[in-house]
Amino acid sequence: MHSTTSEPPSPAPDAAPVPLLATAEQALKIAVVGGFGVGKTTLVRSVSEIRPLNTEETMTRAGDGVDDLHGVEAKRSTTVAFDFGRITLDATSVLYVFGAPGQERFWFLWDRLFSGALGAVVLVDTRRLADSFYAIDRLEAQGTPFVVAHNDFGESTHDLDEVRSALDLDPGVPLVRCDARERDSAKQVLIALVRHVRSLVTEGSR
Amino acid sequence: MSRSHRQEGPDRLYVITSGRSAGADESLDAVTLIAAESEPAPGMQSEHAEILRMCAAGPMAVVEISAHLHLPVAVVRILLTDLLDSGRVTARHPRPAPSPATPLASPDVLEKVLVALHNL
Repeated sequence: MHSTTSEPPSPAPDAAPVPLLATAEQALKIAVVGGFGVGKTTLVRSVSEIRPLNTEETMTRAGDGVDDLHGVEAKRSTTVAFDFGRITLDATSVLYVFGAPGQERFWFLWDRLFSGALGAVVLVDTRRLADSFYAIDRLEAQGTPFVVAHNDFGESTHDLDEVRSALDLDPGVPLVRCDARERDSAKQVLIALVRHVRSLVTEGSR
Repeated sequence: MSRSHRQEGPDRLYVITSGRSAGADESLDAVTLIAAESEPAPGMQSEHAEILRMCAAGPMAVVEISAHLHLPVAVVRILLTDLLDSGRVTARHPRPAPSPATPLASPDVLEKVLVALHNL
């Protein structure tokens, strides 16, 4: 079985399941996409109320969204590991934040995950901006609201205008700087996304 | 992860699902919340019993069940479909997925998310 993950698996022992409130009824999701080592898992860890969990989606291209375990037997499938964390919003709602590799070869796996997502964060690293081109193209094509977050781990030398220009980013797409290790910084990225989605909703209703 | 299925062959997955690869409830989203409606019964397949124990204290999302069972989401969907069909669990689906016709969440929901994020 071919397995791919952009982050090393956690060496820590498994966390015990942390149940949601019995009243939880609605789950929302946000996807964080980006290239290898850009800090997706770090960002998820920074905002999650539980230790981030790791799981896998196994599908075949031929299955076209239909899970095919016989494909696993024949080793024709691709397995992608993804990390996720969660944030309790209130007594009835919970938000899941998924970290997913954004490269073209994985995208067919994410169509299902992104379906129904509030929006996406494209996490970029100026050393490997090209890793995010495909994700940005796909999100634009799908009409999924997204923001771009430049993760500089606190040591950026690039200004955001340069990053925007290098990514050829639509002026309507928010671009923010962050340090994914910092809870408040990571949280501001999610806030920027939700505000962006809200502004699209408001515009749409006028 | 100490017992990752990534280190296992496909045989275990095949056994767990009795060789099934289709028939999973397609409405089960990664974040559909699953609530247990009954206790594990004697003789029940261990993965089914484990899901019921896991969801006894409160609902749990499909992806969380998958992570704690160390099984791919695709396999968990099949196991959950068995439990749904026998009425042992219920599913709380997310709001209808945004489609090209209704692409975005409601302002009320977005406000709620913003408030919660600010309070993090």
